[in-house]
Amino acid sequence: MKSFSKMVYPYVVWAAVMIVVPMLMLVLYAFTVKGNSVLTFQFTFDNFIRFFSDPVFPGVLWRSLKLAVITTLICIAVGYPTAYAMAKLKPNSQAVAVLLITLPMWINMLVRTYAWRGILSFGSFSGEFKVYVGMVYNFLPFMILQIYTSLSKIDPSLITAAHDLGADNTQTFRRVILPLSLPGVVSGITLVFLPAVSSFFIPKLLGGGQYVLIGNLIEDYFISTGDWNFGSAISLIMAVIILISMYVTRRLDRYTAQEDE
Amino acid sequence: MEQKTKLHEKLVLLLVMLFFYLPIIYVVIFSFNSSKSLSSFTGFSLQWYEKMFANRTIMESIWYTVSCAVIATVVSTIVGTVTAIGLSKSNKALREAINQVNNLPMLNPDIVTAIGFMLFFTSLRIKTGFTTMVLAHIAFCIPYVILSVMPKLRTLDPNLAEAALDLGCTPLQALVKVIIPQIMPGIISGALIAFSMSFDDFVISLFTTGPGVNNISIYVYANVKRVNPTINALSAIIVYVITIVLILVNVVPLIRERKMKKNEN
Repeated sequence: MKSFSKMVYPYVVWAAVMIVVPMLMLVLYAFTVKGNSVLTFQFTFDNFIRFFSDPVFPGVLWRSLKLAVITTLICIAVGYPTAYAMAKLKPNSQAVAVLLITLPMWINMLVRTYAWRGILSFGSFSGEFKVYVGMVYNFLPFMILQIYTSLSKIDPSLITAAHDLGADNTQTFRRVILPLSLPGVVSGITLVFLPAVSSFFIPKLLGGGQYVLIGNLIEDYFISTGDWNFGSAISLIMAVIILISMYVTRRLDRYTAQEDE
Repeated sequence: MEQKTKLHEKLVLLLVMLFFYLPIIYVVIFSFNSSKSLSSFTGFSLQWYEKMFANRTIMESIWYTVSCAVIATVVSTIVGTVTAIGLSKSNKALREAINQVNNLPMLNPDIVTAIGFMLFFTSLRIKTGFTTMVLAHIAFCIPYVILSVMPKLRTLDPNLAEAALDLGCTPLQALVKVIIPQIMPGIISGALIAFSMSFDDFVISLFTTGPGVNNISIYVYANVKRVNPTINALSAIIVYVITIVLILVNVVPLIRERKMKKNEN
């Protein structure tokens, strides 16, 4: 039986080469000078200094964060009532509703976003509005499904008990249902906020080229400009911000979990 | 949490569903449009479908998408399953280390993972193209397969494999005849996740592919500048295929169940 443990070795090598090495290269590029040969590294912080000393780049970063935060808030505002209504359906209808929400997710994200271009060409909407529609459209299903899962786990007898003890509907919602569904909201936030920060094809497809986000910057520096060192530095800055926000949400998750006890 | 659904709650559900299905309905309708317009329907025609099937770049992009997804699914499912079985028997430190490394592509934004691959391939002077794209897909799919197989292995009774060995099985036979059949649901769901991740991927493909090799996502992305209703036809075909597959997956088990019940009676 112990001999089975040898089956891991090929993947250890693969993961070292295909996952660890590429990440180390990204870090290496971010801290080196452009046009550097592999043999003579010249370490520098210039790429990072350049990012923060030019007002344009922090502005783009700020815009991406703002877009991700507002998208997440809209997803909660729309997703919560939807998940709530779903959880109140009959069990069979609930299964159908989950299927109906997952079905569009099987269709390629770009293809669905492209369709919005046509629909939104009916009126005269601003580029920013179109980007928000695209973002909410792509990320809302994740939020609904996460909140729905935590709502459907709530034991109905808890609600009956609250009513028996004299709580009205609003009180039952505020003191029983809402606290028990918060873990779903928190995991929904991770699934919406993190990909929203780095998204770059939604603004490109719907924003009409005017709406530049941090993901678009990275793409430009790698594909058009060819300044890979600066592009790597921007990616690293974004990865660190995402790591920090993930850490904060996890803390938040633990905090809400403690409140449950 | 079952209670009576109120009218305004049904309305919320209806509006959200409408929001989700609007683009899909739009794409299907406008794929039959007789003019190039994206906002007015001028009459029925199949010209965009004809143009789509005549367009070599689109046909190639479909071929690249499907073949890349199939190769990535088969390889990542096999490697992921083998690795997961190995991990279940190895020491805790190695298991933790592999988990942490696997977390990198799963938690990092796609674009960061994609750039890592791109820097890696070009620094090694590997020409980017179909092969590099498939390699990258395999690399980001394996962690998901491991993640979906591991829980099944954890609930597996270790005595079963021991018993098979005591009864004269070689380790390979014990693996194929005892362990694999029991973790099959995990392997299948891992394969499904891998296939849909690879089939839908855009960001990682964009950075790891080479000139002339596009998948469907990259084709759509590269052609959004111009008004191009053939994309509507392409999207509509994806909608048809996925709808048929999902109906089959959900309805066939129901019919089989009914037949079984009938036979029992």
